[in-house]
Amino acid sequence: MFYIYCPHCGEHREEEEFHAKGQAHIVRPIDPAACDDKAWGEYLFFRKNPRGLHHELWIHAAGCRKFFNMTRDTVTYEIKEIYKIGEQPSVVAGNKLAGNK
Amino acid sequence: MSDLESNVEVVAKAAVMNQLPADGSGVRAESPLFHAELEVLAKQGPQQGGVHLRENKLQGHLTLRCNQNNPDQLAAVETVLGLALPIQPLTAVVKGDISIRWMSPDEWLIVVPGEQTFDIESCFRDVMTGHYSLVNGSGGQTIIELWGPDVVSLLKKCTPIDFHPTQFPVGKVVSSIFAKSGAVISRTGEDRFELVIRRSFADYLWLWLQDASREYGLVIEV
Amino acid sequence: MSQKNRLGTGGRIDRTTPLKFQYNGKTYTGFQGDTLASAILANGIDVVGRSFKYSRPRGVVAAGAEEPNAVLQLGATEETQVPNVRATQQELFDGLTSQAVNGWPNVDNDMMSWVGKLGGKMMPPGFYYKTFMYPKSLWDTYESMIRKAAGLGRSPLENDPDTYDKVNQHCDVLVVGAGPAGLAAALTAARSGARVILADEQSEFGGSLLSSKELLDGKPATSWVKSAVDELAGCADVLLLPRATVNGYHDHNFLTIHERLTDHLADKAPVGMVRQRLHRVRAKWVVLATGAHERPLVFSNNDVPGCMIASAVSTYINRYGVVPGSELVLMTTNDYGYQAALDWHDAQRKVVAIVDTRQNPQGARVEQARKRGLNVITGSAVIEVQGSKRVSGVSVATIDAAGNKVTGAVNRLNADTVASSGGWSPVIHLSSHTGSRPVWDDKVVGFVPGPTVQKQLTAGGINGKYSINEALSEGVLAGLNALAKLDLPATEVVLPSAADMVEEASMTLFQIPHLLPTSKAPKQFVDYQTDVTAAGIEVACREGFESIEHVKRYTAMGFGTDQGKLGNINGMAVAAKALNKTIPETGTTIFRPNYTPVTFGAMVGRDCGELFDPKRYTAMHKWHVEHGAKFEDVGQWKRGWYYPKPGESMQECLDRECKATRDSVGILDASTLGKIDIQGADAREFLGRIYTNAWAKLAVGKCRYGLMCGEDGMVFDDGVTSCLGDNHFLMTTTTGGAPRVLEWLELWHQTEWPELDVYFNTVTDHWSTLTISGPNSRKLLSELTDFDLSNENFSFMDVHQCTVAGVPARVFRISFTGELSYEINVQANYGMHVWEKLFEHGKQFNLTPYGTETMHVLRAEKGFIIAGQDTDGSVHPHDLGMSWCVSDQKPFSYVGKRGMARQDCMRENRKQLVGLKTKEPKVVIPEGSQAVFDPNEPIPMTMVGHITSSYYSANLGHSIAMGVIKGGLSRMGETVYYPQADGRVIEAEICSLVFLDPKGERQNV
Repeated sequence: MFYIYCPHCGEHREEEEFHAKGQAHIVRPIDPAACDDKAWGEYLFFRKNPRGLHHELWIHAAGCRKFFNMTRDTVTYEIKEIYKIGEQPSVVAGNKLAGNK
Repeated sequence: MSDLESNVEVVAKAAVMNQLPADGSGVRAESPLFHAELEVLAKQGPQQGGVHLRENKLQGHLTLRCNQNNPDQLAAVETVLGLALPIQPLTAVVKGDISIRWMSPDEWLIVVPGEQTFDIESCFRDVMTGHYSLVNGSGGQTIIELWGPDVVSLLKKCTPIDFHPTQFPVGKVVSSIFAKSGAVISRTGEDRFELVIRRSFADYLWLWLQDASREYGLVIEV
Repeated sequence: MSQKNRLGTGGRIDRTTPLKFQYNGKTYTGFQGDTLASAILANGIDVVGRSFKYSRPRGVVAAGAEEPNAVLQLGATEETQVPNVRATQQELFDGLTSQAVNGWPNVDNDMMSWVGKLGGKMMPPGFYYKTFMYPKSLWDTYESMIRKAAGLGRSPLENDPDTYDKVNQHCDVLVVGAGPAGLAAALTAARSGARVILADEQSEFGGSLLSSKELLDGKPATSWVKSAVDELAGCADVLLLPRATVNGYHDHNFLTIHERLTDHLADKAPVGMVRQRLHRVRAKWVVLATGAHERPLVFSNNDVPGCMIASAVSTYINRYGVVPGSELVLMTTNDYGYQAALDWHDAQRKVVAIVDTRQNPQGARVEQARKRGLNVITGSAVIEVQGSKRVSGVSVATIDAAGNKVTGAVNRLNADTVASSGGWSPVIHLSSHTGSRPVWDDKVVGFVPGPTVQKQLTAGGINGKYSINEALSEGVLAGLNALAKLDLPATEVVLPSAADMVEEASMTLFQIPHLLPTSKAPKQFVDYQTDVTAAGIEVACREGFESIEHVKRYTAMGFGTDQGKLGNINGMAVAAKALNKTIPETGTTIFRPNYTPVTFGAMVGRDCGELFDPKRYTAMHKWHVEHGAKFEDVGQWKRGWYYPKPGESMQECLDRECKATRDSVGILDASTLGKIDIQGADAREFLGRIYTNAWAKLAVGKCRYGLMCGEDGMVFDDGVTSCLGDNHFLMTTTTGGAPRVLEWLELWHQTEWPELDVYFNTVTDHWSTLTISGPNSRKLLSELTDFDLSNENFSFMDVHQCTVAGVPARVFRISFTGELSYEINVQANYGMHVWEKLFEHGKQFNLTPYGTETMHVLRAEKGFIIAGQDTDGSVHPHDLGMSWCVSDQKPFSYVGKRGMARQDCMRENRKQLVGLKTKEPKVVIPEGSQAVFDPNEPIPMTMVGHITSSYYSANLGHSIAMGVIKGGLSRMGETVYYPQADGRVIEAEICSLVFLDPKGERQNV
């Protein structure tokens, strides 16, 4: 059970108030029609599954109903950073893990 | 000014309706806890206990969505309600029979006397400018007032929120899990809270509250 | 004989309050303050169970949570049966009824024991795997026999009468364990005003101090315990939880505490009381002061009743006033173990010998023993025990300094009790729960907590610091550390101290050598509860299991309800030796939650019976109940399913409801449909991006049906959205899809298109939706409103505001039945009033309530889909024959557009939704039936689709079905077959989805 800081409510809440929505920072192609099936398929289906730092999208479903981003260590479950939609993470995986596609 | 014109246009573009039957129509209103027969329980049930419960029913519930960084909108709210929008997250303000609960950075629940709902809604539509929405949700929720020496013990069984006075002072409001449903919980006194709950879950939550408060004794008031 | 082992004085029991209890059908007496185990020992009961695999008699070994044998069935009545209660942790109450959990016909004469006698060689580890695997067909027979013989305890057959609770807690510091370290930590934190929870599994706080004879500042340790507890109880922000086991340590300092509130009072909780409570604690810091468990030594026949761990002997004597035997032989590898013999001697019973495995021990307790004239035999070990249902004697021999082999002659001593101490294992379970790997410490001769990401501190025995003074000072330190981390000022804490006692190093020894090799010597038990022996572990290692996790699984070591608290370290040591590795090289398995078993009741709390899951009701629910509705669960909603009249079958009822609606007028409570209010200048643009069809030109006052797809192009929800104002829309969703759709809209708005000016709010619960449908619906509605309902003024797909039965309403002329139809929306507080008024005026039109089932039939007659029934996430709008609902003209590439243009979505032969008419008009194809083109094809047949919806249509006089068929849209008129499990093959013709009124004239009248 995570204890998650909601950047909009400004305090920690129990995990049961939140829903995890998968990998963060998936950018919708500006012109989907220009994507071939492979490019569209990667946007649609391919997700990272890193051992270590992962950037995730969450929503404070039972609270303020706002989405936000979380950087989390998938091994220790430590939450390294919470940041709002539109912002970039300041904690990112080092070079060692950058090879993880 | 073209801005103003376009705003006037926006106002005309939302449907507002008085949803209450005319005075004297004799139409019976059934609040979400109507079938719990709280009036009967208040008379026949226990008169002493650690938790007291009252349904504050048939109030006007208006959800306002707007931009907290827009001074015109903030001013408009104050003009209409005589009460400033609480910008500080998780806070609620009350003045007379009007209260505003912070729900989200761009969402507030405004509770007003039921019969004033349409007037206030119309007033908003006249005064409010820019992008906003105002939704009447009065039929979809109700308010449960809970108080008494054991009220915090009861709430701790229902929701994972921390009610320690340093963490949850009077005037705080949160939306959270409540049993297996949800509630908007606000503290109105040291041992006094209000829950805003959804109509369709009201019966479940009423059963839940009766069960969870059994060890303290539940007193119904009207 | 009554309480033959009870001392006349001493202990923390109340001899003036005798309590009667039952064990295996006989009545015994104990005292207030006893545990069930201490009372059993006081009464001289030796056998408390039969072992799991070999059916060997077993007795009480320990005095706490680590007890593997005295695991009993409790309960005086069927409804209060509780299996596998540790007698060592169950407080005695008057009327307690207990039984051994296995042993047939009873524990004293167990028919299964032949298995054990015939020998361990018959049942090596992996015995069941190896023996009963083949032939596979016989496994069912084997299994039922094995299950009968195996297993611990049984579940009650009746409902649990008790109430359970869950409660959420928050604190600055959670201190686990109220022994000297925990009490010191809690005091330190509490004095500085921190919010503290102190939890301990025992009935009273004090931990090891409760059974210690050591003095603190010259006074009994328990008097300090009392003053410390009194002080804590006086602090406003301190919660004291005795009888509360911290069972799980989860992520981000979330811990669960299993508190037993009435288990010590009675079989069933007294009226008005909660039996057990599960505390869900979020702690800023955690201090683990969980102490240590003594390790027994592993020697031949070390499981014969009368073999105990040394500290348990002291606990029974000092805390409960029970000496569990007459003649004691103590075997120890360390000084502390001597205490059992000293206490035994002080209780005026005979200490036959103290057998010390060390060559020349001279510590303080050793000298005390010698001073009392006790027979201390050094450099020796008890290599074997004699006896079956009770120890009758022991074989003692000298061993070498390393403890590897027997070096001298064997002497036999008479004794009925063998206490052994192989040192202590820190209780690191909680620290392990979050994945932290324990670390071996050579000095401690045990595993200590490893590095952790939790906000966790440790103090006392868990760190291998066993003396009272060390425990106290470590507790204070942990408290101060927590305060520093919390940025709280510290207050000075002065604690008492005990007299220092010189302790010599203990010997690192786990398994005692025998004259014979381990494989040939009488059984040397490592894990009592799962009957794992040293020889068994050797076999596992010899067979190639090198990882300790694999050894554990192959032998079942640590798999019992005690989770191997006593045996695991010994087992790892035996494995290490067999693998020729050190213990740290061999490693350890990781403990998982829960520390001790938790009742289902505590886990369930109040979420059972009526409160198992929320039931959502509409404002008219009471009417449905009063009119005999059968209900269907749709998500959490209770929806009226059908409304049978007395004596009517379901089909008869549906036929009546369907016909009444098509012939006159029916009414449906459609309030459960999701409703989302959408406002903003960009609302229209947003709808265009999220729906597959066009929204740019929908006029104010008009409604339109829309399909919603995922980015993959597959349909996931549908509904009618109405334009209430140019910037104001009301979207409806499926009943089950409402929360999902709202979150979907927010997702796109918040993460992709925040520049669009639009807000979404749920109004599902705000509106009651009363749908009247049928040729007479206009007439009925006109009775209740002055509004002009003429086709000209109020045409199909219009929405108007008007007053219905005195209540302002929004009325939508939309239709899911294909009939003339009005959806009347009023604020839910008035839903019942309008509903009743409709019935008052509906009599003349035979207004008939119908539920979801008739709704399904009526819409199927029209070929309307239900998202989630006729779609399953793998069909796009074109598959559904709904290309009319897909716009190619929209400038923005709406959600799903690119997805449904993928190669696979464009291919021929996709499964497409079609209508199906059976050859036999009365036969209804079961939903889910698989379609084949060739009914004579041998199995496995080529499946080409399945039925998604299927009903009997009373209006049409034949069955109708919807289903997907490969290339179905171009196979109109062809025949498909639906083979059934019972051998029938149902033949059907592919046809249009629209079975009734293909031109749609009925809804336009």
